[in-house]
Amino acid sequence: MTYIVKPVNHHPNLEKNSLGLTRRDYEGTISTLCAGCGHDSISAAVIEACYDLSLASDQIAKLSGIGCSSKSPSYFLNQAHGFNSVHGRMPSVATGANLGNQDLLYLGVSGDGDTAGIGIGQFMHAARRQLNITYIVENNGTYGLTKGQFSATNDQGSKSKYGEENVLAPIDLAAMAIQLGAGFVGRSFSGDKDQLVPLLKAAMKFKGFSLIDIISPCVTFNNHAGSTKSYDHIREHNESVSSLDFVPIGQEIKTSYKEGSKVDVPLHDGAILTLEKLSKKYDPLDKGLAVQSLNEAEKNGKVLTGLLYINPEVKDHAEILNIADTPLNQFSDQELCPGSDKLNKVNSSLN
Amino acid sequence: MDTKYLFKRHNTYWVKVAVPKDLRKELGFDLRTSLHTHELSEAQKLREAVVADFKSQIFAAKENLKDSNGKNSIKTFMPVTDTSDPQYYHKVVDCQYACPAHTPVPEYIRKISQNEYTEAYMINWESNVFPGILGRTCDRPCEPACRRTRTHEKPVAICRLKRVAADFKDDVSDLLPKAPEKSNGKKIALIGGGPASLTVARDLIVMGYECTLFEKDPQAGGLMRTNIPSFRLPVEVLDAEVDQILNMGLKTKFNSEITSLKDFLKEDFDAVFVGTGAPKGKDLNIEGRKEAEANIHIGIDFLTSIAFEHIDSIGKKVIVLGGGNTAMDCCRSSLRLGAEDVKVVVRSPFSQMKASEWEIEDAMEENIPILENHVPKKFIHEAGRLVGMEFQKVEAVFDKKGNRSLVPTSEDPVMLECDDVLVAIGQDNSFEWIERDIGLEFGEWDMPVVNPTTFQSSHPKVFFGGDAAWGPENIIWAAAHGHQAAISIHKFCQNEDINDRPSPGTNLVSQKMGLHEWSYDNDISQAKRFLVPKADQDTALKSLKIEVEKGFDPSLAMEEAQRCLNCDVQTVFSESLCIECDACVDICPTDCINFMFNGPEDEVRQNTRIPALNIEQDLLISKILPTKRTMIKDEDVCLHCGLCAERCPTGAWDMQTFLYEEAKVYS
Repeated sequence: MTYIVKPVNHHPNLEKNSLGLTRRDYEGTISTLCAGCGHDSISAAVIEACYDLSLASDQIAKLSGIGCSSKSPSYFLNQAHGFNSVHGRMPSVATGANLGNQDLLYLGVSGDGDTAGIGIGQFMHAARRQLNITYIVENNGTYGLTKGQFSATNDQGSKSKYGEENVLAPIDLAAMAIQLGAGFVGRSFSGDKDQLVPLLKAAMKFKGFSLIDIISPCVTFNNHAGSTKSYDHIREHNESVSSLDFVPIGQEIKTSYKEGSKVDVPLHDGAILTLEKLSKKYDPLDKGLAVQSLNEAEKNGKVLTGLLYINPEVKDHAEILNIADTPLNQFSDQELCPGSDKLNKVNSSLN
Repeated sequence: MDTKYLFKRHNTYWVKVAVPKDLRKELGFDLRTSLHTHELSEAQKLREAVVADFKSQIFAAKENLKDSNGKNSIKTFMPVTDTSDPQYYHKVVDCQYACPAHTPVPEYIRKISQNEYTEAYMINWESNVFPGILGRTCDRPCEPACRRTRTHEKPVAICRLKRVAADFKDDVSDLLPKAPEKSNGKKIALIGGGPASLTVARDLIVMGYECTLFEKDPQAGGLMRTNIPSFRLPVEVLDAEVDQILNMGLKTKFNSEITSLKDFLKEDFDAVFVGTGAPKGKDLNIEGRKEAEANIHIGIDFLTSIAFEHIDSIGKKVIVLGGGNTAMDCCRSSLRLGAEDVKVVVRSPFSQMKASEWEIEDAMEENIPILENHVPKKFIHEAGRLVGMEFQKVEAVFDKKGNRSLVPTSEDPVMLECDDVLVAIGQDNSFEWIERDIGLEFGEWDMPVVNPTTFQSSHPKVFFGGDAAWGPENIIWAAAHGHQAAISIHKFCQNEDINDRPSPGTNLVSQKMGLHEWSYDNDISQAKRFLVPKADQDTALKSLKIEVEKGFDPSLAMEEAQRCLNCDVQTVFSESLCIECDACVDICPTDCINFMFNGPEDEVRQNTRIPALNIEQDLLISKILPTKRTMIKDEDVCLHCGLCAERCPTGAWDMQTFLYEEAKVYS
């Protein structure tokens, strides 16, 4: 935990985005997580992504549950809306918020305990319903706040800090989300911002349920030899399926990928995702192949990262349920309470 | 503030363009030239042409290289920084590095913030000998170098904090070193009683040398006594610090001007140090100079006469010619002698005046007008009395290389009335007393040839320092020269190789006290530079003796001291501990830290998170890390806040105080 206030001074040549804001304007309070926590790198990646996309903080809502991960929304976007909910119940709050106002960008920040443990039912239904949210799992495979017990994503055979071996099989949140119909599923590593930042940008621009499962080492309880979620282990076993560029609408594509290895995926608003396939066998548009590759990687002790699956055709919950576009807070009294004549008409139509 | 390619030296803007590594053999580390201005806006205007010229030189050299090699040179990598070289961390402490005497500035500022004024004073005394004097009069090369000028705007008021240490110290007499009971039998003569000679004396007396000072005036102090008016430097302050040295056992011969070095060398001295300064004020030989002689005075002679109370009045209307610090002292002294209309007239544009910014400000605060672009044409006299001066108005024109010429405008000559004129247009050395047949070689501008490291002349027994060595500079340079000359004289007298210079003393100590505790105050103060309180102007102008600046009181000093960024608390990186978690990159408020692939310097400087364009400032390059990347830290705007070390899980970053002490003869 750090007590020093981060100085307000920034580099005199720090650039500004199209809103006239610097990256520093997207920060939150100083982190009270352990020094070296992967979650802090993820916060920094969120800051960078929002800065790059020139997002207005007041158009963003940060939602979280309970856990180290769920503290982290305090450490970025201090001008955004926020709701720190009950353990594992972030998807419910996000659903309510989404129904009330579709105009905001929802950033759900959760951890492996909050999502794969207590909140797994909530998570599954949010994915199945195509809730319009960028769902970030800060996955460290351990319960840091309660001194390092195995969580549900901890790999079988991985050792705890105290030498104990995990005997249970892990839940693969990415594979699960793909099977439940999520339209955007990625996996990344907190220590690889080059991959994480474009992935976050694409996820934030994706309409529908987008999951990014981010391996985020717990320096205090799960960063030792024998752990499969340590900095060293992930660096050694990371296998990136694609390299990603997010090109916002109206910008020229400048990537120089080899012809044939490149896939352009148009998103709803006209922005383009450019993917370089790093493996010839991989196709992020192929749901079956994605799940199969994840299973294979798990068998081989590899961690597959990058954009694992994308379905640009998917409809989000608002479209499926045909919900009014206007946020509830923008309806007038007259519209919300149209009077007894209208009520009578509705009632008589039910006769 | 757009200062690309610009830097400040001696209060003037310079242009500098870095030379790529492979061309440095031919062109040197960089190409640089002065723009002769201290106005940023003007420097910005002049910059483009100079940079273009430099770049074409570099391009031409590159083409040559290509021709001789047949192709471009191979890709080079920036070498791993050798932090065991004392100069690496020393350079990070901008103020100390810029100071000729390398006074450990942040170290004494911390002492001031802990109310330890005596300790702060002694750190200064050790290094620059005259803290009370310099705290009022120093040219402050440290302040334009201060990191705050890059991170916040105004530098820490380093000079005025030095004065605070002197003002509030306890009695230090017991702390001063004493001469050993038995002398070592060697006799040293010091010619000239200014700061350079006094410094040599202080250093050598402690070593057991018998030092004798020869001074033409009745008291020691040199220009500190004769050229700096009492309203800037009270006599008591001067006396106290000069007496500290005289009382160490320095023999003095006052009112003894040496008129022949040839004869003097016959006396029984093992070595002679010449610290006679630049005592001759330049004259202005234009029409009417002779006829109006009675009312035309040389600036430094005028100031000397005031100091020794030989004059106590001046005419009602006074013109001061010149734009340097002496001119500023002359005009302010004139006001105090009863002049009613004092003008400073300068040949150059206002922006190119040589005087320090603050001295110009002080004169202007006393409502003294400064007329720029006026070249003196003649003294006008009636019936043998000076009545005025005629000037030609000019315009400064610059050629491509930034060379200035003053071109007359078509305006009519300007006539200004006056009763007295003070000529303060520069100083010269005066070595008529040194015969040219004694084996002491003279070079350019009729100056003695002096080795810049050892301060030895071509006559092995004779050493030079202060203004006598290379022309007019500032007191702090004299002190720096004195320390080095003392080392040389000692080595000379002990038959040691004087080119073998002692290394500086260094110490690097971790400031970590606990998990989140540091033994230095790393909160970055956002306060603006505090102004020094001044005496009431009406009262101050009535006397030559009332000090204008009152100095900071302890509470103001405390707040100003808090503005120091503690640049000597270094960010020390240990590759072997780093797990590349990025925590330091994410937390650094000024984006100094990068984990990236190494390459040629210009490429690296472009590819850091924020391009590292200030080539004056080094990059800290680590060994290669497990991911094949290198940690590269741009030292330029690091706030030394310690957050990198605070957020580092493994202690790969640590904050360590680096103490650099320039070698003295007795260390």
